[in-house]
Amino acid sequence: MLELAQGLTQPNVDWHALSPELVLTATACIVLIVDLFLPDDAKWVAMPLSAAGLFGTAAAVVSLIGQGDRLTLAGSFEVNGFALLFKGLFCIIGLLVLAISFHYFRAGRYYQGEYYFLLLCSLLGGMTMASSRDLISIFISIELISIPAFVMTAFRKGDAKSNEAALKFFLFGVLSSAVMLYGMSLIYGATGTTFLTEINERLTRADALGEGIVTLSVFFIVVGFAFKISAVPFHFWAPDTYEGSPSPVAAFLSTASKIGGFVGLLVLMFVAFPSVADTWRPIFAVLAVLTMTVGNLIALRQQHIIRLLAYSGIAQSGYVLVALALIEPGATAQNAQAFQSALIYLAIYGIMDAGAFAAAVAFARRGGTYFIGDYSGLWQRSPVLATLLAGFLISLAGAPPVAGFWAKVFVFLATIEAQVYWLAVVMGVNAAIAAWYYLLVVKKMFLEPPEEDAGPIEVPSLIRVAMGVAALALVAVMVYPPIITELAEHSIL
Amino acid sequence: MEWFDNGWGISLATFLPIIGTIVLLFLPNTQERLLKATGTLFALAALVVGVVVAARFDYGASGEIQLGVDATWIPQIDARYIVGVDGISLPLFVLSLLVSFLCMIYLWWHVPEPGKPKALLALVLLLETGMTGSFVALDLILFFVFWELVLVPMYFMIGVWGGPRREYASVKFFLYTLFGSIFMLLGFLAIYFKTGAETFDMIALREAAPIGSTLFQNLAFLGLFLGFAIKVPMWPFHTWLPDAHTEAPTVGSVLLAAIMLKMGTYGFIRIALPILPDAAVAYAPIIGILAVIAIIYGALCCMAQSDLKRLIAFSSVGHMGFVMLGIATLTDEGINGAIFGMVAHGLITGMLFFLAGSVHERYHTRDIAALGGMLKQIPRFGSLLTYTAIASLGLPGLAGFWGEVLALLGSYQPGAGLDPVLFRILMVGGGIGTILTAAYFLWTLQRVNMGAVPEKFADGRGIFDVRPLEWYAWAPLLFLILAAGLYPKLILGVTDDAVNVLLGAFG
Repeated sequence: MLELAQGLTQPNVDWHALSPELVLTATACIVLIVDLFLPDDAKWVAMPLSAAGLFGTAAAVVSLIGQGDRLTLAGSFEVNGFALLFKGLFCIIGLLVLAISFHYFRAGRYYQGEYYFLLLCSLLGGMTMASSRDLISIFISIELISIPAFVMTAFRKGDAKSNEAALKFFLFGVLSSAVMLYGMSLIYGATGTTFLTEINERLTRADALGEGIVTLSVFFIVVGFAFKISAVPFHFWAPDTYEGSPSPVAAFLSTASKIGGFVGLLVLMFVAFPSVADTWRPIFAVLAVLTMTVGNLIALRQQHIIRLLAYSGIAQSGYVLVALALIEPGATAQNAQAFQSALIYLAIYGIMDAGAFAAAVAFARRGGTYFIGDYSGLWQRSPVLATLLAGFLISLAGAPPVAGFWAKVFVFLATIEAQVYWLAVVMGVNAAIAAWYYLLVVKKMFLEPPEEDAGPIEVPSLIRVAMGVAALALVAVMVYPPIITELAEHSIL
Repeated sequence: MEWFDNGWGISLATFLPIIGTIVLLFLPNTQERLLKATGTLFALAALVVGVVVAARFDYGASGEIQLGVDATWIPQIDARYIVGVDGISLPLFVLSLLVSFLCMIYLWWHVPEPGKPKALLALVLLLETGMTGSFVALDLILFFVFWELVLVPMYFMIGVWGGPRREYASVKFFLYTLFGSIFMLLGFLAIYFKTGAETFDMIALREAAPIGSTLFQNLAFLGLFLGFAIKVPMWPFHTWLPDAHTEAPTVGSVLLAAIMLKMGTYGFIRIALPILPDAAVAYAPIIGILAVIAIIYGALCCMAQSDLKRLIAFSSVGHMGFVMLGIATLTDEGINGAIFGMVAHGLITGMLFFLAGSVHERYHTRDIAALGGMLKQIPRFGSLLTYTAIASLGLPGLAGFWGEVLALLGSYQPGAGLDPVLFRILMVGGGIGTILTAAYFLWTLQRVNMGAVPEKFADGRGIFDVRPLEWYAWAPLLFLILAAGLYPKLILGVTDDAVNVLLGAFG
C-alpha cells in the first residue's frame, strides 16, 4: 500500500493560476456555513460576505494580469488574456447582480444564504469556463453555471410562475446538455482526445476522419450551446423563465449565464474547430439572422419590461453570432477582427443589460409592477431613475454615439471587412427595428404624463450604486472606446 | 499658451459645456438661481475660450487648419481625435458658442412649461458640445459622434418642453434625422474602405481625392447627401422642420435655426465637396434645382402661414435654399456667400425665434391675425421685430443681403463643368424668391406691427416692452447683424482663403 502511495507524485499545479477560482470557491463555502449560524434577521450578512469574496476574486484576477499565458492541470486549464478578460467581467457582473439582489431578497425574506451560495457557484462556472481547454472541463463548467441557476429560478416557491419558469428552464437545460454531450462524445470518438488543441491538430491532418461525423458532432455541440445562449429557434424557455424567476436572477441569466455560454462557444469554435469553419459558419449565419430578426420582431409587442428585455437580449445575442458567421479558415487578420468584435460586444452588452435590469428591479419595488404602461411619466416622478434607464435602453438600441453604438459598429466593420455584405444589411435593418421598441419605453417615460396619484420611487442605495457604476463604465467606453478594444486585442485565443 | 495652440484650446471650448452638464446634475433641484448661474458660467467660459481661439487664429493663413490636435483615439478602426479650425469653421465655431451663451441668458428669465430648469439647462449645454464639436472635428468618425450627440438632447427638448403637438414633432424630427445619419455613416464607411489608406482624416482624404470610380463617388455622395440634406433641410426633405421649429421651446428653436441647420450645409462644404469632387459636379445641378424650389416653395408657404413661428420656420427653408444654391455653383463667390449666409441666417433667424417666443409670452398667441398694433403698444419690441424682419428679407446694409447676392452672383457664372444656362435660370428663380421673401415679411410686419391694437389686448395687461434681460440676450445679435451687413469682410475676409483651398479640388 505504502509503496503504491510512494509511486504517486504530486502533479505540478500552478496554484496562482487557479487563485481566482479558489477564492471564489472558499467564499461560497464560507457563505453557506456562516449562514447556518446567523439569526434570521441577520441572514443578509451573506451578501456583504459574498461581495467581499468577489472583490478578493477580482484582486486575484488582477494579480494574474501581465504574467504571460499559464497552462496547468495537464493543459486543460489555461490563463491568458481571454480568460482574464472574462473573469474580470464575471466579477463586475457578479457584483452588480449582488447589488440588485440585496434588497429584493432581504425584503422578500427568501433563503438568502442559499441564494448567494448558488449565485457564487454559478459565477464560478463562468470563471472556469473562461479557462477550460478540454471537453470535459467545458462540460462541467456549463453545468456549474446552469444547475445552480435552475434552483435560483425557482426561488419564489409560492408563485406558480416561478415554478413554471424553473421547470421549463430545467427541462430545456437538461435536454441541451444531453445534446451537447452527445456531440462531444462523437468528436471524442472520432479524434480520440478531449483536449481542444489536440482535436484541432487531428482535424487538420490530411488523412482526417469522415467528414460526416465531424459535421454532426459540431452541429450537436452548437445546438446545445444555442439553448444556453437562447438563440432562435432554441429560445422558447428564455422569456417565460426570465418573467417567472426573481428579477435579479433574470438579470443574472441574461448577462453572466448567457455570456458564460458564449465563452464556451468561442473557445470551442476557435480552439478546437477553426479548421472546419466551413462546416459551422453557415449554421451560425442562419442562427444569427433568425435570432436577431425573431427576437426583435417579438420584442416589438411586449408589454412587460422583463419580457421586453428577454426578447431584446435574444436579439442582442444575434449580433455576437454574426461575428462567428464571419470566420474563414486561414484568414487570420479577418478572423481576429471578428473575434475581437464578439468580445467587445459581450463586454458592453453585459454591463448595459445589467444596468437596465437594475433599473427595472428598482422600479418594481414600488407597487411591484413590471408593465411598461406604468412607466409613463417616470421622468416627472424619479428623474434620475428615468434618465439612467433611458441611457441603458438607448445604449442597448445602439443609437450613436453611446457605448452600445460602438459595440454594433465593431461587429459591423468586421462584417464589411469579411465582405459578407448581406449580413451587414440584416444587422442594419434589425438595429432600426430594435431602436423602435427601446425608444418607445423612453418616450413613455419622458413624453407622457404620469398617473395622478403616482409619487416618486425610492431607489435603494445599492441599486443606485450599481446603476451609477454601470453608467460610468458605459460613458467611459463611449468617450474612449480603446478601454475595451485594447483589452480585446490582447485577448485573442 | 503652447498647449492652447496645440488643439487643447479648441477642445476646452468644446468640452467645457458638457462638463457643465455633469456639474449641473449634481446640484440640488431647488436652487434655481444656482443652477442658472452655473449653466451660464460654463457657457460663458466656453465662449471666452472660443474668443481667445479666434484671437490666436492666424488670419493671414486662414486656408490652413490651425490650432489643431491629432491624437490617437480608436486605433483599431483608424479613427483619430483630430480637431482644428480654418476659415470655414471658425465663424461657425464662434457662432455656436455665442448663441448657446445667449440662450442661457434668455433662460434666466423664462423657463418654459413644465419647468425643470436643471434638465433644460443640462440639455442646452449638451447640445452646445455636440454642435461646437461638429464644427471642429476633422475626423469622420469624430464628426459623426458629435453630429449624433445633438440628436437625443434635441429630441427631449422638443418632446418635453414643446408645444401641444410636441410628441409628434419630436418623433418626426428624431426619425428623419436618424434615417439620414445612417446613410451618412454608410457613406463614411464606403470612403474609408475605398481609400486603401484606411483613414477617417478629412484633410488626408481631401488630399487623396478623387477616390474611386465615378460610380463609387456618386453612390458615396448619395449617402452623404441624404444625411446632410435632411439636416439642412433641403426641399423635399424639409417636412420635419416646420413641426420641430413650431413645437420646440424658444431656446430649442433658436438653437435649431441658428446652429443645427448649419451642420448640414457645413457637412457639404467640409466633407462632401472636397472628398468627392467629381460627384459634387455631377450633383450640383440637382442641388441647385432643389435649392431654388426650396426658395420659392418656402416663400409661398410663408404667405400661407397664420402662425408667426411656423412662418419663420418656413422662411428658414428659403434661406437655406440660398445657401445650398451658393454651394451648388462651386464658385468662389457662391461658397463664400453660402458661409456668409449660414452665419447671417444664424444671427437673424435666431433673433426672429427669440422674438416669436417673446410674442407668445406676451400675447399668449402667435396667431398673426389676432395680433396687431405692436408698434403702438410696445414700440421698442415692435422696432426690433421690424429691424430683424427687414434684415431677414435681405435689405442691403444688413447681414441678410450678402449671402443672397453672392449666391446669385455665383450662379451667373457657375464653376467648371456646370451648365451656365441652367444656373442662370436658377439665378432668375432665386431672384424671384427674394421678391417673394420681401413680400411676405412686409405683409407680416404690416399685420403684426401696424394698425390698431386689437380689443382683446387693449388693456395691455402682461404686455410689456423689451425687458433688460432680453436686451442682454439680444444685443450681441442685433449688433452683429448690422456689423456683418456694413462690413462683410468681417466674415468674407476669414473664409476666402479656405474656400480657395477647397476649390483647388475642382481645378
